[in-house]
Amino acid sequence: MSIARFWRETPRRYNLGGSKCTTCGTTYFPPRAVCPVCPVHRQSIEKMIPFQLSGEGEVLSFTIVHEAAEGFELQVPYVLALVKTVEGPVLTGQIVDAAPEAVAIGLKVRATFRKLREEGKAGVIHYGYKFTPADDPSFATSARGPPVPAPAENPPRDRARA
Amino acid sequence: MREVAVLGVGQTRFGELWNRSFREIGIESGLQALVDAKLASADLGGLFLGNMASGSLIAQEHIAPLILDYAGLAGRHLPAVRVEGGGASGGLALHQGYLAVASGLYDYVVVGGAEKLTDVPDTVGAEIANATADHEWEVVFGATLPALWALVARRHMYLYGTTREDLARVAVHAHEMGSKNPNAHYRNKLTLEQVVGAGPVAEPLGVFDCAPLSDGAAAVVLGPLETARRHTDTPIRIAASQVACDTMALQHRADPTTVGSTVAAARNAFRQARRAPADVRVAEVHDGYTIAALVSLEDLGFVEKGRAGTEFASGRFAVGGSTAVNTSGGLKAQGRPFGAVGVAQVVEVVRQLRGEATGRQVADATLGLTHDLGGTGATSVVHLLERTN
Amino acid sequence: MKAGIVSYGAYVPRYRITPAEIGRVWGSDGESMGEGLNVRRKSVPAPDEDTITISTEALRIALVRGAIDPQQVGAVYVGSESHPYAVKPTATVVAQAVGATPFLTAADFEFACKAGTAAIQTCLGLVGAEMIRYGVAIGTDTSQGAPGDALEYSASAGGAAFVIGQERVICQVRRTLSYTTDTPDFWRREGQKYPSHSGRFTGEPAYFRHVTECARRMMETEGTTPADYAHVVFHQPNGKFPQRVGKQLGFSDAQMRYGLVTPDIGNTYSAAALIGLANVLDRAAPHERILVVGYGSGAGSDAFDLETTDEIASFDRSHGRPVQWYLDSGTEIPYAVYAKFRGKIHMGEH
Repeated sequence: MSIARFWRETPRRYNLGGSKCTTCGTTYFPPRAVCPVCPVHRQSIEKMIPFQLSGEGEVLSFTIVHEAAEGFELQVPYVLALVKTVEGPVLTGQIVDAAPEAVAIGLKVRATFRKLREEGKAGVIHYGYKFTPADDPSFATSARGPPVPAPAENPPRDRARA
Repeated sequence: MREVAVLGVGQTRFGELWNRSFREIGIESGLQALVDAKLASADLGGLFLGNMASGSLIAQEHIAPLILDYAGLAGRHLPAVRVEGGGASGGLALHQGYLAVASGLYDYVVVGGAEKLTDVPDTVGAEIANATADHEWEVVFGATLPALWALVARRHMYLYGTTREDLARVAVHAHEMGSKNPNAHYRNKLTLEQVVGAGPVAEPLGVFDCAPLSDGAAAVVLGPLETARRHTDTPIRIAASQVACDTMALQHRADPTTVGSTVAAARNAFRQARRAPADVRVAEVHDGYTIAALVSLEDLGFVEKGRAGTEFASGRFAVGGSTAVNTSGGLKAQGRPFGAVGVAQVVEVVRQLRGEATGRQVADATLGLTHDLGGTGATSVVHLLERTN
Repeated sequence: MKAGIVSYGAYVPRYRITPAEIGRVWGSDGESMGEGLNVRRKSVPAPDEDTITISTEALRIALVRGAIDPQQVGAVYVGSESHPYAVKPTATVVAQAVGATPFLTAADFEFACKAGTAAIQTCLGLVGAEMIRYGVAIGTDTSQGAPGDALEYSASAGGAAFVIGQERVICQVRRTLSYTTDTPDFWRREGQKYPSHSGRFTGEPAYFRHVTECARRMMETEGTTPADYAHVVFHQPNGKFPQRVGKQLGFSDAQMRYGLVTPDIGNTYSAAALIGLANVLDRAAPHERILVVGYGSGAGSDAFDLETTDEIASFDRSHGRPVQWYLDSGTEIPYAVYAKFRGKIHMGEH
């Protein structure tokens, strides 16, 4: 995969940046230029705004993959899931740091940051989201919060710099 | 729009055709179809060729004129068009050929489908096939085609109580039928225990839940129904030809166990033909993965959502049941040369409707259906074929 | 100084291997080796984890705990001896992944095991000079010992991120000073996969001399004695060196207790002293004084005289896991899996 092709998606792959239709309020990941559910869908063109997912969600379905996608060979068997985020969009991603037998439909998960694949030994490394179980009982002291604080719609730029 | 008929069919054996090149298998099926249709090359209007990934698989793009050339027709300067829709490329090419004849612009066309998978290692072939899913938002994150269908399977089991055995029966049936088809990639029979006990690919799917990567080609000759009797005693009318699409990624479907493109294509096809699923005696249904066959039988309207596993177990979809499914062996046993699949399905149904499916003939077959899809169903193609005498 | 620690987060990969299991493969008595080093288990990163992912996890936790807008971060420095790239910064990926880009400065630090503490010192300078509002210093490693080498029994993976600022400081930095010489005790040449070391030379002339001199100078300068500190944290290449150096300096086991994490997770190199400090801060009440003395081969020590403030009483540690969780949990794997995860198996060419 070309470097630019991956690089331009990093805001989505690193930070779960989606989009929201200001007409009907539906949220999307990855971002969409037009809202598929608005009754007059062309009216949503240019009315889609950036929307930050929290990375919290639950498993809608899952599989334990034994014949890996290219670049995932060292992780076999790995768990791949459809994760329904609390904001609504469904994402496809691995569930890591979980025994396959501990994964079930309905499991609460949260996004984590991992290596996705390498362009060989000498090439660039691609990073992005995966998921880990969120309601690990031994994790009792931890509240669930977003992995990155959702930036304000217009982030303040009053940086204290010389 | 005029009525369109299938006048001739041709097909290579499906499988690992080590000593045969893409162009060899491409022309073999096409020439067979021309002979079967008793069509003079002077009457031929053009070629539509379904192919998924020749550029990745054999480093050759621009393959439609290549096949035309090696079929000996370059000097006639006919139009030749490649059609791509992932695993639905063949059905999509047939739809284009149907439109071409129905419109009146062309009288006779060849619709072919061909794929050569074994010129790359099987892991590479599988990776190329994965690209029919959403590469950016599924494959990059570790998804494969079987993994995505496994996600469908797990959800289907969760919602409807479908069992591992329900899935396995699809493969057992496919191999039973494949054993009767001399063109099939696999002609061995499988037991339920063998399918359930096979090594896992993407749980709950195992090795025998997944169709193979095959070489192969198939072709049909289409022409106007009104002149069809000049070419064949048993013209098969295309009663409906419908294409529909859905979201590229499985993750964007409101219900991952429903392929919306199949629902829409089937609904439109039955409306076009003024027929109902109960009228269909023989059907070739996408079974690239066993779960895909169950979901497709539901989405095509043969059974209600969630009931396909139970109905399959009842024998309803066997030869002798109300609708015989995948008498060719399906993708699972006849084989899966991606771009050829949709055309080969039509070849099988035409043989059934003509009464030529020796050893697996369905009695009183008058209306048949073919259904192929690409990826996890971003494209579905449904054709209804009818015997006219 | 006004600049201090505003927030922090630590992350340790899930997998663990025991010295006994490593010894089993190499025909050594791994159990006694572990006892000698005071290392019960060491952490192992998953195949999809590296210094970039571990740093990002640690920093995300720190930013949420401190309720810090990533856009207010003016510097990200990542200290490590296992940056995934020889050329191309770890810090840029981390900064992008936490939403701190584009108006900030970023760089990678390397000084064996003290690159993370060096990054803290740099941030203290930038924040103190009011050139930036928040500076982020991260120490992370996914270190490797050569198969069968003594280092293999301890070299592990983990990271800790510290946000330095002047507002809502939870832990004040009273003073920091360093002790630096040219001492070749441990190194890795460009292009080499595994580091080399000078055996027992890594002890007295290297670790012990630098840590001791640096700690003594700090106490002389501050006019303190060991009794003034509630906690002390040393660099901990194994579980034994810090105990011995602490004893030599006059610290008790109780003072060293929470700062010593290597026995349960192994030597996390650039993160070792910092995860120890995070474990102390997980438990600290206001106005506890903490002495931290890092060490990096090559060689140098960075000392920090710290004191928690009233702010730590209301500091929200609830996001992310406490260090103790990482010390207690983990999934043990056999050597074969460890070898696969760490790229020690020749995979052939694709």
